[in-house]
Amino acid sequence: MNILRFITAGSVDDGKSTLIGRLLYDSHAVSHDILHTLERQTRNKENGEVDLALLTDGLRAEREQGITIDVAYKYFNTPKRKFIIADAPGHVQYTRNMVTGASSADLVIILVDARQGVVEQTYRHSLIASLMGIKHFVVAINKMDLVKFDETVFNEIVDSYKQLASKINVQNPVFIPLSALSGDNVVDASTKMPWYHGPTLLQHLEALPIQPVDLQTPPRFQVQYVIRPQSDDLHDYRGYAGSLRSGELQKGQSVVVLPAGIETTIKAIEVNNKEVETAFAPQAVVVHLTDDIDVSRGDFIVPANEVPESSVDLEATLCWMSERPLHVGDRFLLRHHSASVKAVVKAIEYRWDVHQYTHEPVERLGLNDIARVRIRTARPLFFDPYTQNRNTGSFILVHEHNFDTVAAGLLHELPAPEPVTDFAI
Amino acid sequence: MKRTFDYLDHLEAQAIHILREAAGQFERPALLFSGGKDSIVLVKLAEKAFRPGKFPFPLIHIDTGHNFPEVLAFRDKLAGQLGEKLLIRKVEDTIRRQGLTDPRGKFPSRNALQTFTLLETIEELELDACIGGARRDEEKARAKERIFSIRDEFGQWDPKRQRPEIWDIYNGHIRKGENVRVFPISNWTELDVWNYIRRENIELPEIYFAHERNCIRTAGGQLLAITEHINLDTDDDIVVRNVRFRTVGDATCTAAVESTATTLEDIIEEITTTNLSERGATRLDDRISEAAMEDRKKNGYF
Repeated sequence: MNILRFITAGSVDDGKSTLIGRLLYDSHAVSHDILHTLERQTRNKENGEVDLALLTDGLRAEREQGITIDVAYKYFNTPKRKFIIADAPGHVQYTRNMVTGASSADLVIILVDARQGVVEQTYRHSLIASLMGIKHFVVAINKMDLVKFDETVFNEIVDSYKQLASKINVQNPVFIPLSALSGDNVVDASTKMPWYHGPTLLQHLEALPIQPVDLQTPPRFQVQYVIRPQSDDLHDYRGYAGSLRSGELQKGQSVVVLPAGIETTIKAIEVNNKEVETAFAPQAVVVHLTDDIDVSRGDFIVPANEVPESSVDLEATLCWMSERPLHVGDRFLLRHHSASVKAVVKAIEYRWDVHQYTHEPVERLGLNDIARVRIRTARPLFFDPYTQNRNTGSFILVHEHNFDTVAAGLLHELPAPEPVTDFAI
Repeated sequence: MKRTFDYLDHLEAQAIHILREAAGQFERPALLFSGGKDSIVLVKLAEKAFRPGKFPFPLIHIDTGHNFPEVLAFRDKLAGQLGEKLLIRKVEDTIRRQGLTDPRGKFPSRNALQTFTLLETIEELELDACIGGARRDEEKARAKERIFSIRDEFGQWDPKRQRPEIWDIYNGHIRKGENVRVFPISNWTELDVWNYIRRENIELPEIYFAHERNCIRTAGGQLLAITEHINLDTDDDIVVRNVRFRTVGDATCTAAVESTATTLEDIIEEITTTNLSERGATRLDDRISEAAMEDRKKNGYF
């Protein structure tokens, strides 16, 4: 059994919460006492039926306003998989929540209201999911009951979504007509749409082959913590603890420590306190090196023949997440997983029009803007382009004074003629 | 070469990653240890993250004084085996020091008062991070909380001002006075915890397994262990039942469930087929209102 992480995205009234509620309910992930509470809450409202949307609308503040204000995580298991759902609100202001939910997702469910078809929000959500590197798209065409389960309506939406998909990097989206409210094609196959022969949503989620971490990509290991017991019996023990973020590492392999640039060999690898010959992503490991080198938190250990890019001048796509606007020249702490470095925004090249898929020049960025920027760091960053490695290709910007997380960043390949800088600081 | 890495391996690797990130980012972290199964799993994960070194944090038990004796005995035994520092801070002492009112009534739970002791302890030890075993599947408010959850000087959680948590980049930068709650097993469900306990063969306090016990049956039909802290009345409905506990908390507000599950296999089978949630089945304090947990967390609770 493995894990599939997915995110749901839709406009305010697309029935997103109802869909998640339906998945949880029909896969028996909801306990009786929780249903009981729901029934009680629903009775305070007008219509009588249990409102499945209440399963995800967690906070009182949200229930009072009838909206979802934040990313909620929900869990359910079937005999085939464990599922982790990031429920990101569809409200126009909450791009940042969708970016958050999408960052860890393997799959996105784009909800489309069958009565509305592809709308502005569909463009926005699809672009974000695509930029965030999600490979698997499901377009759930919901509320089919309200269009009399009409195949023509479905086909029209499929056509217009395919046009959208051709403009950005969305490959092979899977289209499923369903009704979250009545349960058609969510878990159980609908009897009302005999023209549809594909899987139900859950069948698709269960059967989709996913490769959680690409083992073909170059190995990347970043030190989180140095284990040095310094006890009498373990006097010389010095282990570098961290997670293998991609690829495999072997005992005896030639590696280089970055940023120092010193070459050495892997003396031993431990996983769960036991020595192993090979470690693979995403294992949490302890690495030992043959030579006594000064290695600290945030340093990378990578194969000597497959080093990442490095530079102080970075090209990045930024999602701005703060109410305070971003101006050129603003300074931040850039957190690249276990490393942190000072950074300044040197230029805003363009902002995405997330509905037209065009680029526009801007002076500054506001909350929820997505833009291409240039950043300079105080020390070289060791990274891979985000499209090749979601881990080493990502960073966040942290406000220098209040330490809020103000942006998510995706790194791009360096411009071709730029020479790779040496490793010396 | 084929790599097998199942969902428990994923959850384990993620939790170890978070523990190491906490150790790397904070100067004075601590692990909140109650003797319950979730914190026992955390300890196991900490061993995997930091051995053969020492834990880079002490274990802290916020002690309500309303304990199950089996759990206290287990706590002390485990701390001894680990060779790690265990600090105990008592709600009793906070009540005395701050002149708080010890709850009265039939089931005088000190659950809410733990917050005061926790905040006092954070201040006393100048902790910048408290690692806890809370899971998002436990409760709706928890479903929305971050893995690194920032609390202000008063320990308060503000759900509307949470930092976005993107990829697995954890932002533990804080201002003076703020601190962070770290939840490494956020993405685990109750069933995941039990499957992991079985796979790793982790020892637990006996009260998690079915045993015969004198209980008081409440008006709502819940079974509470008879302890010295419950005020018995002559007309109480006293019953002897085969029970076990799904959670371990303040003994006056943690109900038992009727069960015949005496092994880990039995328990997993029982949880798989039960139709009551963990907290719904066992916690009196979450039934008071639908937003009970949300309110407690806003006031500094775990």
